[in-house]
Amino acid sequence: MEISKEKLEWMYTTMYRIRRFEETMLEQTFKGNSMGVTHPSDGQEAPPTGVCAHLTDKDWIGSTHRGHGHCIAKGLDTHAMMAEIMGRATGQCGGKGGSMHIADFSKGMLGANAIVGASIPLAVGAALTAKYKGIENESVGVSFFGDGASSQGVLHESMNLASVWKLPVIFACENNGYAEATPAWYSVSAEDIASRADGYGMPGVVVDGMDVFEVYEAAGEAIARARAGEGPTFLELKTYRYHGHFHADDPKKYRKPDEEEHYHERDALKNFEKRVTGQKLMSAKKLKSIRDSIEQEMLDAVEFALESPMPDVEALYSDVYVNYSNPIFGLR
Amino acid sequence: MTTHNKIDPLGPGYEGVAGKELRFRDVFRDTLRAEMNRDQDVFLMGEDISGGFDRDTKEPLDAWGGPFAATKGLVQEFGPERIRDAPISEAGFVGAAVGAALTGLRPVVDLMYFDFVTVAYDQLLSNAAKSRYMFGGQTRVPMTLFARSGAGTGHAAQHSESFYSMLAHIPGLKVVVPSDPYSVKGLLAAAIRDDDPVFLVNDKKLINLTGFVPDEDYVIELGKGRYMQRGDDVTLVGMSYTSVVCEQAAVQLADAGINAEVIDMMSLSPFDEDILLESVQKTNNVVIVDEDTPRASMASEFAAVIADKAFDHLDAPVKRVTGPHSPVPYNKGLENAFMPQPEDVVGTVRNMLGRD
Repeated sequence: MEISKEKLEWMYTTMYRIRRFEETMLEQTFKGNSMGVTHPSDGQEAPPTGVCAHLTDKDWIGSTHRGHGHCIAKGLDTHAMMAEIMGRATGQCGGKGGSMHIADFSKGMLGANAIVGASIPLAVGAALTAKYKGIENESVGVSFFGDGASSQGVLHESMNLASVWKLPVIFACENNGYAEATPAWYSVSAEDIASRADGYGMPGVVVDGMDVFEVYEAAGEAIARARAGEGPTFLELKTYRYHGHFHADDPKKYRKPDEEEHYHERDALKNFEKRVTGQKLMSAKKLKSIRDSIEQEMLDAVEFALESPMPDVEALYSDVYVNYSNPIFGLR
Repeated sequence: MTTHNKIDPLGPGYEGVAGKELRFRDVFRDTLRAEMNRDQDVFLMGEDISGGFDRDTKEPLDAWGGPFAATKGLVQEFGPERIRDAPISEAGFVGAAVGAALTGLRPVVDLMYFDFVTVAYDQLLSNAAKSRYMFGGQTRVPMTLFARSGAGTGHAAQHSESFYSMLAHIPGLKVVVPSDPYSVKGLLAAAIRDDDPVFLVNDKKLINLTGFVPDEDYVIELGKGRYMQRGDDVTLVGMSYTSVVCEQAAVQLADAGINAEVIDMMSLSPFDEDILLESVQKTNNVVIVDEDTPRASMASEFAAVIADKAFDHLDAPVKRVTGPHSPVPYNKGLENAFMPQPEDVVGTVRNMLGRD
């Protein structure tokens, strides 16, 4: 598959931005600067990058508790994301959502969602809107979820709905091998989750989710099918998270070192660098300049977030409804 | 279009207003039709809302026309894209409706029986109700859901619940409970035009009742109650079908020389505190009638508000007449005993006023 120079640069920028955002976000979390639980996605840069490379702001994605990578790949601003994680008024959701609820409707991002599997039908609904309005060719719904969500009933309901209504949906299952601490080999009743797609009358494709080029190619075919009105596709993107389930989780308690090493050797960024420099598609100098600019962006994002004000306490009562005639205040 | 936010204090008299006597079910369908004609983004989704497809042509048959034939005929007018029959997947299609609402449509979802709410509860609670708040006001969720509640039709434990408080408890969700053809027209139109998620609970016992309905296009402001009858001795508070029960009780009380004031709440979230307090300050006695089970119920909520804000006006403790803390039974005699009956209300009032 031919990939333009601009697209390659975007891919590397996006993957490196995700990697460094997660590492930076973790540093800030351990410093006590974030206000709650965070779920890092470093290691899993290829799936959101390879999929979102085909999308525009008119396409919609649903995301998960491990959603920073999806946000970044969909074009969200890392300053507003960092500020959100630090609970600031300038955050993407004004500090009311936090790490697990970052959304940007202007970018076609339906929100990170902390109920495992719950965002899947939202992407189906976005695709229903596209079909209803006859704009499938420019607006598809992509649902990102993990191997844990593959056991949720709502995924199966959503797959059936998308198939019987022939909706432009891509089910992008990021199988990182673990639902919290529980391995997929224990909790998933199939060797490949994608094999379940057959039962719902849609193509199911197993993809190396550590290789952004493979993800890009498979997602390209799935999204083209959706835009052509040919219905949903299920992609199983086999990937790996480098950190634990959440910031304070030590994965060494339930993963073996040789397994972690195996995936680090297949690191999405390192392999991208090797491949593009080997094939002379991008220079080492260009790669470094991208990395340098991201390093600066992360420093700026942290500074922006730390210097941002906390939300006014009045924010507690706003935006529960568009309008509501009873008081929102609690009883005291 | 008229907004009915100051309901005629003398109740549905509508002197001088053009209108006719209609059945609840017909008004419900006519209102849905009118709203779908009014706004192309409004569409309906649910199980068997047309019902059945021709094996050869694949065209919808409208064999059911919806549960209780609520939507009969609409698929011929609007087609299967706008009257969208769904598989039995409440979590899936309620979630899809939330996604459609987040991306520009105004879905209306028929959940058939109220009891099926629990199958879709995660989507309702975690996505429909919370999206606006947790995303910092970036979005709105203009969707309407409706379902049939209530005992009295032999549908037994899993098709008869009236768990209003399970919905009204959720910040971000609005809940309305029409009690007659007039209120279902105004509340359904208001719900569909509202930019927040609204759940309309439709007691099955109301479906074939008739009543006067103005011809004009109107909405009833969400959060407003109304007086069904004025009186000085006691306030009877009803919601959904128990407003009918209260009216029946008021007739019996009148025979005993007791003038009851009857309030129909119409909205449960938000709800009309003012009308409750205004009436209690006048009558000094109040009985709240709710078919929901008693614990953490709307009856309890209204009682708490009255105790908090009108305590000094009360001549007697606030009384509640509710279903028992039990599932709904099947046997007709047991089912009748489950539901608040006019006689239960009358007995409670007589005790309260010392008029045995």
